[in-house]
Amino acid sequence: MSLRFLASRLAQGLLVLWIAFTLSFFLLYWLPGDPVITMLGAGGELQSFDPAEVARLRAEFHLDQPLIVQYLFAFGSLLRFDLGTSIQAGTPVTEAIASALPSTLALAALALVIALLVGIIIAVSATLSRRPLLRDALAALPGLGVALPTFWVGLMLLQFFSFRLPLFPAVSDGTPAAIVLPAVTLAIPLSAIIAQVLFRSLQNAWVQPFVTTFHASGYTRLRLLLRQALPVALLPTLTMGGVLFGQALAGSVVVENVFSRQGLGRLAQTAVTGQDIPLVQGIVLFAAAVFVLVNLITDLSYPLLDPRLRAARRTRRTSTVTEAAHQERGSDVANPVPSSATAGSEGARA
Amino acid sequence: MSPALELQTNSETEDRQAGTLRRLTSAAAGSRIGVTEVIALIVLALAAVAALWPGLLTGVDPLTGNPADRLLPPSAEHVFGTDQLGRDVFSRTVHGSAQTLSASLAAVLIGVGVGVLLGLLSGYFTGAVDAIFMRTVDVLQAVPGLLLSMAVITALGFGTLNVAVAVGVAAVPSFARLTRAEVIRWRAAEFVRAARADGLSAAAVLARHILPQVKGPIGALLALEFGSAVLAVSALSFLGFGAPPPQPEWGLLVSEGRDFLAAAWWMTTFPGLVVAAVVLAANRLSHAVNSEKGFR
Repeated sequence: MSLRFLASRLAQGLLVLWIAFTLSFFLLYWLPGDPVITMLGAGGELQSFDPAEVARLRAEFHLDQPLIVQYLFAFGSLLRFDLGTSIQAGTPVTEAIASALPSTLALAALALVIALLVGIIIAVSATLSRRPLLRDALAALPGLGVALPTFWVGLMLLQFFSFRLPLFPAVSDGTPAAIVLPAVTLAIPLSAIIAQVLFRSLQNAWVQPFVTTFHASGYTRLRLLLRQALPVALLPTLTMGGVLFGQALAGSVVVENVFSRQGLGRLAQTAVTGQDIPLVQGIVLFAAAVFVLVNLITDLSYPLLDPRLRAARRTRRTSTVTEAAHQERGSDVANPVPSSATAGSEGARA
Repeated sequence: MSPALELQTNSETEDRQAGTLRRLTSAAAGSRIGVTEVIALIVLALAAVAALWPGLLTGVDPLTGNPADRLLPPSAEHVFGTDQLGRDVFSRTVHGSAQTLSASLAAVLIGVGVGVLLGLLSGYFTGAVDAIFMRTVDVLQAVPGLLLSMAVITALGFGTLNVAVAVGVAAVPSFARLTRAEVIRWRAAEFVRAARADGLSAAAVLARHILPQVKGPIGALLALEFGSAVLAVSALSFLGFGAPPPQPEWGLLVSEGRDFLAAAWWMTTFPGLVVAAVVLAANRLSHAVNSEKGFR
């Protein structure tokens, strides 16, 4: 059962990646422009090209072949984890992505940690608050967080904490302090998404019978919330993992631009500006692969973390764990599949 | 979580949190229109006026500056201050709304057009059609919206119209999913089965009997997606993929102020605040539409 579940999830993920490859290939390669001319001339300063050189490069990139043959060549390369060669840099796309990745990973990881902490604090204090006004104010914060343009938040933070108060460097200079403002900027929309989902599921958990039982047996509200309700409520938040990673990746385009950091987002921007088609396609595929992988991990770890699902799985042989999850917790669980979670769609493209 | 579900749970939370404020401020007892909704409507109305008749809000030319008035802080004469060429930032913001808002509107229309069509067909004809459409939607959703839009821009080239198309493509999945979920909900309803038994064509059943049921939730999502589109359009314009300078697009205005962050805070602060206000207003209105109609 478990193996079959794993295989079917894996197959679904691979199918999504294959469609992503095919769609992006035909979108990007069915273009009026000539990549070889772009590569040689880099835009405006046109001089006469050596026709032999052009022909050689066209042959090297299989551009003299029909589109379908190009597609098959590219697909064959993909199976060997070869995403082609960056037109601008002349290096393999996989290398370009690999060298840009560590900086963005550090940024995204720190941002996710901050976002998780802030999101939990907002949701927990909004749930605990007995004053309606304070509660309203806290519950309105996530809505504000997803409405603020990320590029603008970054510039405001720079203005206050780099120029007015010289606490942090304005551009990335390699010091540890330089990552703070970018990470905070990236964390704001992420924490808003987390707080929204968590607040909702905390409210659901708060009225569960077991919470009432513990309350009756003398637990304080804070202890009850942190020890009993929060672990249950955090599980639906886990299914947002793929969306949050995607958001962090997309946000890094803007954040790395604002703070002049190197990384995957910066790479994506220069690739689009320079019409570096293999690189653009490579980054899009990489983002899709990360999303699929994170969702796969979520799917597989969910039953391990929720003991109720282990029991459910033993009794329900025919249904998948995900379906069991739905039935177990009513309709509030986001569906943890590639197709999952548009929760926080308000901030989805910030 | 399906967008419909999210909208619904949102509106419930909204109802609870807005309750106190509403009771205090609501003009007519029993009315569900609170002060925040009124403010949201005013903000959106002002934005619409700025986009359609910018001359009503400012008489200053957004493109020609007076070199003597370079980098002036906000004053009664220049509410948002002036930029490095002596151009009035308020006038540039007002004149920029046409570009940004029409691009956002076009994007949402593309998203709702394609998304609703996909959702209707996918939900009504199960099987192969559903599988193909929904896997395509999965892919669109697997790539973060901004990166997806950037890929489309690579294919189409720069410019405001191309940005609109790119943002529209990224908006397709949420409309497709919501519509599909609603169609599946209504497909088995008695009046739909009766219509089918009467021999109505699939197109007629979808258009006359199912679409009217789906309209409401889509309306609420429309407002929400408009807010997201404003954010996405200005982010792409900030990155330099939109109209070239000196066109006053909101994202471009913020980006132009970057080099003067320390000297002229007003150049970035005010256009960004305007973007945030419009997005907040659109989101607020989406919640209001939801709780007003009490969807589901």
